[in-house]
Amino acid sequence: MCATCGCSGTIALDLDTGLAAHAHEHEHEHEHAHGHDHAHEHAHEHGHGHAHALEQAHEHAHDHENGPPYVLDHRHMHEDGTAARTVQLEQEILGKNRLLAERNRGWLESREIFAVNLMSSPGSGKTTLLERSIRDLATQLTVSVVEGDQETRLDAERIRGAGARVVQINTGTGCHLDAQMLGRALHELQPEARSLLFVENVGNLVCPALFDLGEAARVVIASTTEGEDKPLKYPHMFRAADLVVLNKVDLLPHLTFDVERFVAHVRLVNGTAGILHVSATRGDGLAEWYRWLTARPARNAG
Amino acid sequence: MHELAISEGIVESICEAVPEGKVLSVTIEIGQLTGVVPDAVHFCFDACTRGTRLEGARLDVVDVPGRGRCGSCQREQDMSELITRCACGNPFLEVLRGQELRIRSVEVN
Repeated sequence: MCATCGCSGTIALDLDTGLAAHAHEHEHEHEHAHGHDHAHEHAHEHGHGHAHALEQAHEHAHDHENGPPYVLDHRHMHEDGTAARTVQLEQEILGKNRLLAERNRGWLESREIFAVNLMSSPGSGKTTLLERSIRDLATQLTVSVVEGDQETRLDAERIRGAGARVVQINTGTGCHLDAQMLGRALHELQPEARSLLFVENVGNLVCPALFDLGEAARVVIASTTEGEDKPLKYPHMFRAADLVVLNKVDLLPHLTFDVERFVAHVRLVNGTAGILHVSATRGDGLAEWYRWLTARPARNAG
Repeated sequence: MHELAISEGIVESICEAVPEGKVLSVTIEIGQLTGVVPDAVHFCFDACTRGTRLEGARLDVVDVPGRGRCGSCQREQDMSELITRCACGNPFLEVLRGQELRIRSVEVN
């Protein structure tokens, strides 16, 4: 669904022009009171000059060339005689996501499904770790997977090949999963009661940190082929983690990656998350990973 | 670009909360510790409002500074970043303020 207008279809953002390229047409009744075409390619200024709290360059700043027919005073009359009113909302911007996440959480908990939100940068070995985990846990646990990627069903096919039921969500231009997407995926997947559900988020260490999905735990996967400073560069993500998995430790003899430095960096942003050192290909540390998954730890409040 | 989803959230929430009228301006609060870039929200807001009752609305962003309390020495202090070390040596401050992402008010015609 298009979150902008509520109709079906996806919203795509043209980063060159800043225009939302809607894949669909709408009938709109609104009028352009100040008659400009909103093609934001022109450089312009706000005629009414509001101050931004942060001094940042607005490459896209608007120019309502003819000036909007109102001023900044919140109790005023317009030129056409209509009054503007100020409505106090005091609403969480992500309030709807939070609500839907709690709904997912309640649904999952009522079925005793342990849902793990897996987040990492692209190429950390998330899907390889999942494939291996599904195979190794097959005799103990039913595992299903919600796979989030911007494009393709390649990862979903790998997961299915490993023997788990999977639903793929392609987010298109979206850089993270949100609670509504997970809710739909759960409806389609119908994971078994008392099973383990992996939610493989879009490979990205920034955006997913902000969106609660209703998961029971958050796992951040980093790998030895990335820098030791990832926790410092992406503190929001590492702070939100219940567990940090350092993957590809089998490659350490060939790399300059300093494990102790990495752990110290994790500890600078997160004092409580567990830290596991694993190799999804060679099998190091996987016993501990499976113990963590089957122990179903409670989520860290931070 | 989570700012796109944030802008969509703003538009969606306002369209639900204010069922009629043209929205002339929107005031939001963005906490300094959220990792959300106000300029990127501005950029996305313009794109997201096209074809809605918010088209052409002005977006005012109130920057909420970060504030935290040290769990060790209990001292309250400003936090300009999520990783702020207390003078007493404790690297973790409990965030008291700066994680806001709120719509404060809208001006409607």
